Amino acid sequence: MSDVAAPILDIHNLSMVFGGLRAIDDVSIHIKSGEICALIGPNGAGKTTIFNCITGVYKPTKGSIAIEHGERGSERIEGLKPNIINKKGLARTFQNIRLFSNMTVLENVMIGRHNSLKAGIFKAIMRDRATREEEQRVIDESHDILKKMRLDMFINETARNLPYGAQRRLEIARALATDPFLLLLDEPVAGMNPQETKELEETINLIRDREKVTILLIEHDMSLVMNVSERIYVLDYGRLIAEGTPTDIKGNPEVIKAYLGE
Amino acid sequence: MTRKLVIKEVLASLVSMLWFSVLLFPFMVMKVNVASGVAQIRFRWAAMPVIAIAAFVLSFLWRRALIWNEHRGDKLSTSSPFALARAFIQKALSKKPVRRTSLLVLLALVAVYPYALGMYHTNIMITALIYVILALGLNIVVGLGGLLNLGYAAFFAFGAYTYGLLWKYAGPAFVSAGINTGWIFWIALPLAGIIAVIFGILLSLPVLRLRGDYLAIITLAFGEIVRMVLQNSSAVTGGATGISLIPRPWLFNLRLPPRQAATYIYYIVLILVIFTIFVVRRIEDSRVGRALEAMREDEIACEAMGIDLVRNKLATFALGAFWAGIAGVVLAAQTTYINPDSFTLWESIMVLMAIVIGGTGSIPGAIGGALILKLLPEYFRPLAQYRMLIYGIAMIIIIIFKPDGLIPRNRKKYTFVEKVAQDGKAEVQA
Amino acid sequence: MDYFLKLFLSGTAKGSIYALIALGYTMVYGIVQLINFAHGEVYMIGGFVALIVGGFFFTLGLPVPLVLLLSIIASVIFSSAFGFTIERLAYKPLRSKTRLSALISAIGISIVLQNFVLLAQTEKYLSFPSYLPELPFLLPVREYINSTQLIILATTSVIMVALTLLIKFTRMGKSMRATAQDKHMAQLVGVNINQVISVTFVIGSALAAVGGVLICSYMGQINYYIGFIAGIKAFVAAVLGGIGSIPGAVLGSFILGWTESLGTGYISSDYEDAYAFIILILILIIKPDGILGKNQKQKV
Repeated sequence: MSDVAAPILDIHNLSMVFGGLRAIDDVSIHIKSGEICALIGPNGAGKTTIFNCITGVYKPTKGSIAIEHGERGSERIEGLKPNIINKKGLARTFQNIRLFSNMTVLENVMIGRHNSLKAGIFKAIMRDRATREEEQRVIDESHDILKKMRLDMFINETARNLPYGAQRRLEIARALATDPFLLLLDEPVAGMNPQETKELEETINLIRDREKVTILLIEHDMSLVMNVSERIYVLDYGRLIAEGTPTDIKGNPEVIKAYLGE
Repeated sequence: MTRKLVIKEVLASLVSMLWFSVLLFPFMVMKVNVASGVAQIRFRWAAMPVIAIAAFVLSFLWRRALIWNEHRGDKLSTSSPFALARAFIQKALSKKPVRRTSLLVLLALVAVYPYALGMYHTNIMITALIYVILALGLNIVVGLGGLLNLGYAAFFAFGAYTYGLLWKYAGPAFVSAGINTGWIFWIALPLAGIIAVIFGILLSLPVLRLRGDYLAIITLAFGEIVRMVLQNSSAVTGGATGISLIPRPWLFNLRLPPRQAATYIYYIVLILVIFTIFVVRRIEDSRVGRALEAMREDEIACEAMGIDLVRNKLATFALGAFWAGIAGVVLAAQTTYINPDSFTLWESIMVLMAIVIGGTGSIPGAIGGALILKLLPEYFRPLAQYRMLIYGIAMIIIIIFKPDGLIPRNRKKYTFVEKVAQDGKAEVQA
Repeated sequence: MDYFLKLFLSGTAKGSIYALIALGYTMVYGIVQLINFAHGEVYMIGGFVALIVGGFFFTLGLPVPLVLLLSIIASVIFSSAFGFTIERLAYKPLRSKTRLSALISAIGISIVLQNFVLLAQTEKYLSFPSYLPELPFLLPVREYINSTQLIILATTSVIMVALTLLIKFTRMGKSMRATAQDKHMAQLVGVNINQVISVTFVIGSALAAVGGVLICSYMGQINYYIGFIAGIKAFVAAVLGGIGSIPGAVLGSFILGWTESLGTGYISSDYEDAYAFIILILILIIKPDGILGKNQKQKV
């Protein structure tokens, strides 16, 4: 975290139009290395659409999204395929949990580690020593990740049978398994009770401090947002209406208006 | 069931009885025959009570089955005779000695098959085993990849025609050089696999991003176009008459009489089946297989985890095509004659039915399904003309009531084993 | 030019029959997102019922126009009943399952119906009597368009207008459009979606039956297998125009009819059935949503 001030993800004048609907309108966001940043706004403000543009699910209508590599220049990623963007170090979770629900917890994380392995079809058929060792390595690594997310007691459970909060944590674990530098969390505590929320808050801090992963999160739970994030972007009807520290945002009349109406 | 419910059910069945009696009347009771431009109708009143009774009974059973199906829910019935038998077999097979012995017995049985039962049965079994290879291959596409391929017969055709054309055009050269034409089979076998894979990749590359049902229809279109091209390029492929007198594979320089040739092909196809099973199992239980599993569960999440969907789908298509190509060569060698009629859409659908009935994604299911579909009509001749009707009905019933098929897939799951992590990376879990 | 005009007109007639079948496809797809593989079979059933019922009344000695009318009515009623029954038996239990299971069930139904007719009736091609009248005023131009073709064209146009009115202005039409957009939401506002789906199948099947009678009169023959290829072509037409869209299905059908007609006339008749498949592949690769289809974004 040598260069805290430099942005690592630079979203510039992003717009996304569906039919006649302008879901995102000229939004610019700059995420700095090592920070925890939140994206908030009323329902339908376009938060998840921004995530979808960043992670390649949608191709933005206008604007640019770039990863900044410091002196090595920047790399445009808008419009690339989701798997390519993930390989570049951006991982996400989903608002409505999308686990591989009939696979075990371990397998879910192993899928996240997919690209750290190389064995192709021929290796799979041969199943030589190197391939077996590689598989063993990924199991151990996945176990470590699950331990960090305090999910190791569920390791051989089928994902579908996990308690709700654990499913959300497993999504984060799976995303972390892809070795990202930026983690995008889409409503990570939705549906959690206060106890679980508190725990997840710690986890998010831990991920940033220990794993050195930058975090951008969408959340409706204001106490979590205020506790955990260093900077907040506020979105309303696809436009950015405010940006600043939690204290700035709390007192911003525009934000209050957006949330409470006129 | 209370009395009121019984009355309700009986009434509903009576309504169905009336409905079907009327609905099927023009087809079951009236029979049309057109003579010199005039349609003549013959009434077969005997069919009437049959329809009525069958409709009553079947509709009663159907509704009970639907209710049972709905209420069975998530809790898998552990008390049904099927489940008990399955659990028993699974438990028995989980013991290594039992598994080994039963495998050896099975191998011994299939090994002596041609000697014990003679050429007629051997030939039938060869055809069935060719279908087993096809079913295992399509199972990679449908079962592992979750992609419905209705043009599978085209790859089967590529294989058969690779051998046929190689024989037609390179055969004379072999003869004049004094080389046994039986060798052509051994050249054709890998070549057919490769050609099928190449075509599989070329044909599927532009369409793999399509949604499942569109993909199914477009593969159907590909399959039909391939057949039409084979049919209409008479100069090259022999058109509708096809290619005949294709040599059987010969063992070194021995010229085998038909009976031994059949036995020989039987062993070749048997080895190919075992090889197929081995490869499919290995793939299923690997990094690639895991990614396919995830892809079938949730494509969007899978892609977000950095997995290249197109590449995975391409791999499954190519692998499926490979086995179809191989099976095609064996078919050409067994029948010594090929023409486009062997590669219609219905051929693709037959293989699909084998998988659906046997159990999508399940290796024993694909084998069982293919054997049932191919062997039953051979040994129940009187039923042969009803076979497509029966298979169609079976497919609908299975997909509604037992979507996992007769022998459901039992996926080997990765599990973490503490302490023994040095060797036991994965173990079978029911 | 003469040759072109002839081909163009026969393509138009062909296209209008494809349209009758394609409408059923597109309506069903719009409402339940199912490729109703068995739709072609319903059309074949329509043709057979007309042949059987028509034959029966003909032997009774009824006048030809009455026979025609009665056989069309019977064919519509029976095909609709078949469509209704198929949906209840084979598709409804799978409504909450994946699209592929319903598609497999549809393939199953298709096989069952073909083989049912094959076993209950015959595997032979039967010649189909032409009940359609010869229109005297067409005699001078009958090289270009004969009366069967004109009747087909006229019937299709009338049906198309009626269908559009039904969907635009009736309560049922409104419910159908609502169900197509969002089944769950439609249910919440009180639409009986079971009823809507049934009605959709019934209307689609009735149209297919009319198509069946018309095309059998046009071709002069029928057998148990005619539904399959016609069904596939109608599906191609529906996809070409944009599946789910009613004007799209009609437009796609005419384009397909013309392509086939001109293709066989100018290129090669060996590949008559291949043109449809080639169009299908091209459209799905280039513009999977079809000419008039809406671009559907997947929700994440």
